[in-house]
Amino acid sequence: MHEEWKTLFDPSSPKQVPLVRKFFDGWKVTIGLIVFLGISILPFLFDLGKAAPPPPEPKIDTPEIQKMVEKKCIEPKSFMKTEHMVMLDDWRDWYVREGRSIYTATDGKQYNISLSNTCMKCHSNKKKFCDECHNYAAVTPYCWDCHIEPKEEG
Amino acid sequence: MGISRREFLKIAGASAIVGLGGISAIEILHPGQFEASQVSRGPKALVGKRWAMVIDMKKLDKQTMQKCIDACHRIHNVPDIEKPKEEIKWIWKETFEHAFPGQEHEYMGEDIKHLPLLVLCNQCDNPACVRVCPTKATYKREDGIVMMDMHRCIGCRFCMAACPFGARSFNWRDPRPFIKEENKEYPTRMKGVVEKCTFCYERLAVGLQPACVEESKGAIIFGDLEDPDSEVSKILHSKYTIRRKSELGTRPSVYYIV
Repeated sequence: MHEEWKTLFDPSSPKQVPLVRKFFDGWKVTIGLIVFLGISILPFLFDLGKAAPPPPEPKIDTPEIQKMVEKKCIEPKSFMKTEHMVMLDDWRDWYVREGRSIYTATDGKQYNISLSNTCMKCHSNKKKFCDECHNYAAVTPYCWDCHIEPKEEG
Repeated sequence: MGISRREFLKIAGASAIVGLGGISAIEILHPGQFEASQVSRGPKALVGKRWAMVIDMKKLDKQTMQKCIDACHRIHNVPDIEKPKEEIKWIWKETFEHAFPGQEHEYMGEDIKHLPLLVLCNQCDNPACVRVCPTKATYKREDGIVMMDMHRCIGCRFCMAACPFGARSFNWRDPRPFIKEENKEYPTRMKGVVEKCTFCYERLAVGLQPACVEESKGAIIFGDLEDPDSEVSKILHSKYTIRRKSELGTRPSVYYIV
């Protein structure tokens, strides 16, 4: 052990322990800390002064929805907004694995369990409905690798 | 000293009971959003215990076979890839000697040896593919159909190695460019998954017979083996039928009248 350090652990030592100890290689450590700090705040620096991306505005103005007298989804909007992914996950297990193809909504109406044939029949605007929020939240669900998305303009 | 063994066990037991009770209390007070009772089978769905098929080769000519194949592949978005090593097939033609190895002999005429037969996944009762699948992506349904859950398939191809009938195809590439006419109602597959015939589970769910049965003009009969009054049961009872490689013990559900 360093001779100077020994006194720290020895209460009987008459030698006084300096309050501020020598900062070994201080300048190297300081530069290292500054570089580390700089790199870690770099993403924030890049975004400095830029406006936050506009919040997503999913559209529901498809011909099929316009035709509806009462514009509502199979479950309440607030529920669909937060839980649609859970619902789709359950739907796929019920349909594919359990062979049950009819979903009874809370209001008693029945729907075929199908992403392409039930959800997307109304929400035929994938780009303005699905992608709008998914891009904003940087999530990339792989539904469309297999399920065929509705044809859209543009 | 802290606590005795007796005291420790008392505390541990009591906290286990409180913990478990707490979990069920949460479940009761705040139930999950979805209940399985919210889903049901379709009103017209065909329900069976063990679906099976009898293919009467005497009634099936080449044109009808092709029609069956085309109908199946069109409905299920099966890509048409020319390369034999990359081709995808759910139902296809196979020569007699290949479909029934061991049944041929040297005195057999060329026309019988090369007689085209319609073959597809045998929906085995004891499926080798299901036993080897590490993710349960392929599994046997209650009605006997050996299903594929494409969401779970990781493309390991164990099932292809296990299947003695070559009924499974692997997607070596994105199949979409090879689909001439997409059926919007049915999904395609993606690169890296295995696919095969599913006995048209999606058609059974809405009360329709499998596509090939519909196209075959009565040469393919579909029904429930567990139901003694079904047409397949009656045919199997009264006629001589054979199955592909039954000696392997996978108990195929596709029977042939040759």
